Amino acid sequence: MKPAPFSYRRPGTLQLALESLAGEPDAKVLAGGQSLIPLLSMRLAAPSMLIDINALPDLDHVTTAADGVRVGALARHAAVLADQDAVRVQPLLAKALANVAHSTIRNRGTSVGSLVHADAAAELPVVLRLLGGSLDVASTRGRRTIAAEDLYVGLLETSLRHDEIAVEAFFPALALGEGVAFDEVARRHGDYAMCGVAALVQVDGDRVVRARAGYLSVSEVPTVIELTDAFSVAVDEESLAAAGEMALAGLDPQTDIHASADYRAQLVRVLTARVLRSAYDDARGRMLARVER
Amino acid sequence: MTTKLFGAKVPRVEDDRLLRGNGRYADDLMPGALESAVLRSPHAHARIVHIDVDAVLDCEGVHAVYTYEDLTGPMAAPLPLLIPHPALTHGRTQYALAKDEVNYVGEAIAFVVADDRYLAEDAIGKIKVDYEFLPPVVGIDNARKAERLVHDDVPGNIGARLEQNVGDAPAAIAAAPHRLELDLVIERSASTPMEGRAVVSRWDPDQARLQVWSSTQTSTGVRAAVAAQLGLDLGQVDVITPDVGGGFGVKINHPWPEELLVPLAAIALGRPVRFTEDRREHFISSAHERQQVQHIEVGFDDDGRLLGLDVEFWHDHGAYTPYGLIVPIITSTQLLGPYKPDNYRVVFESLYTNTVIVTPYRGAGRPQGVYAMERTMDAIAAYLKKDRTEIRATNFIQPDEFPYDHQLVFQDGRPLVYDSGDYPALLEKIKALVGWDEFEQFRTEMAAEGRRVGLGLACYVEGTGVGPYEGAHVQIETSGNVKVATGLTSQGQGHQTVFAQLVADVLGCSFEDIEIVTGDTRRMPYAVGTFASRAAVMSGSAIHLAATRAREKALRIAADALEADAADLEIVDGIVSVKGTTGPTISLGTLAVLSNPLRYAFDEVSKAATQFSVGRPEKPPVAEDDEPGLEGRDFYSPERSTFASGMHAVIVETDPDTAEIKILKYAVVHDCGHLINPMIVEGQIHGGVAQGVGGALYERMVYDESGQLLNASFMDFLMPYVTEVPESIDIDHLETPSPLNPLGIKGAGEAGVIPSAAVFAAAIEDAEGFPITTMPISPSELFELRRRHSVVEPTHAVVELVETTTPEEDSP
Repeated sequence: MKPAPFSYRRPGTLQLALESLAGEPDAKVLAGGQSLIPLLSMRLAAPSMLIDINALPDLDHVTTAADGVRVGALARHAAVLADQDAVRVQPLLAKALANVAHSTIRNRGTSVGSLVHADAAAELPVVLRLLGGSLDVASTRGRRTIAAEDLYVGLLETSLRHDEIAVEAFFPALALGEGVAFDEVARRHGDYAMCGVAALVQVDGDRVVRARAGYLSVSEVPTVIELTDAFSVAVDEESLAAAGEMALAGLDPQTDIHASADYRAQLVRVLTARVLRSAYDDARGRMLARVER
Repeated sequence: MTTKLFGAKVPRVEDDRLLRGNGRYADDLMPGALESAVLRSPHAHARIVHIDVDAVLDCEGVHAVYTYEDLTGPMAAPLPLLIPHPALTHGRTQYALAKDEVNYVGEAIAFVVADDRYLAEDAIGKIKVDYEFLPPVVGIDNARKAERLVHDDVPGNIGARLEQNVGDAPAAIAAAPHRLELDLVIERSASTPMEGRAVVSRWDPDQARLQVWSSTQTSTGVRAAVAAQLGLDLGQVDVITPDVGGGFGVKINHPWPEELLVPLAAIALGRPVRFTEDRREHFISSAHERQQVQHIEVGFDDDGRLLGLDVEFWHDHGAYTPYGLIVPIITSTQLLGPYKPDNYRVVFESLYTNTVIVTPYRGAGRPQGVYAMERTMDAIAAYLKKDRTEIRATNFIQPDEFPYDHQLVFQDGRPLVYDSGDYPALLEKIKALVGWDEFEQFRTEMAAEGRRVGLGLACYVEGTGVGPYEGAHVQIETSGNVKVATGLTSQGQGHQTVFAQLVADVLGCSFEDIEIVTGDTRRMPYAVGTFASRAAVMSGSAIHLAATRAREKALRIAADALEADAADLEIVDGIVSVKGTTGPTISLGTLAVLSNPLRYAFDEVSKAATQFSVGRPEKPPVAEDDEPGLEGRDFYSPERSTFASGMHAVIVETDPDTAEIKILKYAVVHDCGHLINPMIVEGQIHGGVAQGVGGALYERMVYDESGQLLNASFMDFLMPYVTEVPESIDIDHLETPSPLNPLGIKGAGEAGVIPSAAVFAAAIEDAEGFPITTMPISPSELFELRRRHSVVEPTHAVVELVETTTPEEDSP
């Protein structure tokens, strides 16, 4: 479990990092290393070069504004989770990040790294997709913004080009009338979930204006399903069950050594109902709190 | 008066060092040693056509590469079969490096020594092997079908078939008023210690002496194996066991190929060489355990009394049988637990598959046996609609029936005779501890909240302190410090603490002045090893005996020096005095000076000793029946094992929607005779329960049809985290002392894990209302079972089981 030989760069500026990357087609970018290092050690990946971006300045920020939260490429999960402003403006971040592995991994792993690793079993890609966020990427050719809906193109595959480094993610703020919730079922605390659901519900009074949910581990890429139609009448057992079936139509649960496809489908049903109910209650609670203030 | 330490909760002296990262493991020793890596078979079954190592020979930093062709003499023969048995008619062991054929993914093929492990792994990747694929045999069903063979010369894939009979079980069952049949499955798990296997060795050409440090459970066993396989005298080989990061059974098997190849290379290269196993290697090239398929037939009367028990099981021992039949023999004998069926037949087949070898893992066959027996007890109770504890109590061996002879042969080849125990008392304790009689009310309350709970119970008896012997050497230094050596090894159990407690009590010296050395063949060359819950019983007893000898000698010299009668002396805080007087005293250190006639006055203690006069002028300085030095040496060798016992109960909650299984309460009553250190015993129980939770609810080795292990990492092999283990475990003790050893103790190392599969299966069955016959069980599997049984509402009181035909219908 020792990596195959590779060369190693630890550039001090983004420009140098981008130049190194552009000149080395088989290079990989190292940030928190929580996925990459095990892959190297098991020799499942053998890049020619590691470009360690941990010495780059000004990339570990978590910046919160009225419109949302901007997370730099070197901000650790733990830093985002501990940022009171960030989790106030977008509470889904805290709800999802609490389920990202264990504290030792959250101390080291980066949120942006998780986004570009593009594991469909990971929490943050689903959160970014559900919230309609975006990712800023840079290359020697310049900078561009990729909308979350255009980011994930296949199994462990994003629309980033090889010479691009993700520098900042943007998670939009919770809008008026919106509520969020997150839940997942894993074999052990902190494991990759067998199924996880993030939900965003917008209400107007008791009425659901919009409802959608993002799903972990039940499709090849992080998937968001529109569920508004299920709640045209009310939020009750019947509509929540219907939402689960609606979600399943757009998902593709698979069997693996931890769970059968049918069991995963059951978790989609159960968690859709739980999480949509919870997001609805969250939205209503926030509206009531606002009225009381 | 010195406080007696036996029975006290003395804090573990090991912990400060181990928990602060100051342990010294094999990988920490000999910095600068050459490192090695092993090319392992990627295929479960293949013939090796050709191995090409040319690409490795020129690699910079590579010092040696070995394949089978490079092995000579005993090293070219198959590895030893450690524990032969007449029933093991087709025992097979692997070669240190594969010869012609590989039989599991992970089998060693080539061994590379390089400057560091990175270079060694690079080199491994450059070796080319041509394979001719053979069809693999995976799983007990395929092994039994024997459409394919693991070894061409082993018909039916059957390594061994062993049958034992007490009375006539088939006839008794046929004549019984009630009969049931059960088919049970239990899957594979493994020891998975924190530290994998590791060995480092150096050859001293000046002294023609080899030193080996191995992360093993038996340093004497490794020493004998290394000497024999490398053609050295025992006196040329030292094996030292440094700190070991857990064993749990896997490190009792020996010699591992690397334990021989590392010293071989160290001698050849004239440089220290190391092998440190990585986690993936540990999964695919050490050992697993537990996998069995069981068929049980039982006949009983209206009270649930066992009239006949007929058990047939199939044991998957993997690709080779280096550890013989120990695991299935233990299953077949310890299955009986605290019960006494009048008639018992057990027969097993030990089968080859193209998978990792199976050797003892904590519990060592007992978890499977307890699973068979306790599932049977639950089935009888369900059939008769009686309380599950009542059926058990009906079948208990009673306290006045000890010693109880089962008329079977145990793992050590000796009669299976229980020495002591009180099972009815244990049952009363566990019922009180878990709230057995109040459970139905709790179930009703929970059901009102829409919650589903179940209660399970399992009983076990564990043969501990297996022979043949252990020894100890106790030396009192002139400083008054006491050096103790025993030959078995430590893997973190707390031996330094409990052994020092025993010595302090005997010698009347300070606990802090005692140093315990384990697993160093230079200090104690005669020893067996740490397994079978035997360290406290075997080495504890030997240390007690050796310390007693040292005490006797100390008092004899003191009596001479103080001109008193030895019977009137006492030792308190390391000082000998005449009981009840304030007269002259003498310290143990001074007695150590006096014990050696060679008395150069190097230090103050020696000078102080000159005030005393011992010995007789008419006798030689060392009398004929005496030796210089204040030492005691003794061995303990019991006639047979001592049998600990216990019962576990668990309350689980199963989620009606997600089928997740939560532990609400876990209770243990345990009888290991007198407790030397209750805190350490409870720690053993905590650890055992944690491993048991893993084995019952999380862990399994998932092989695919081609023999690839699909979850060879801690990401996919689900060892429980602290979050999966119950927050508290309620423990109560019963102490029925063993009559077989001077301390009245029994082993406690494995008990915590033994009843896990049985107790969780019982509790989940109780919650769900349908039989649980395959363990471990995951939420996904429970969900699938619910669908199969189409359970709308749980009907926990009745478990559906097929009753076999009645005897009347059977006869023509």
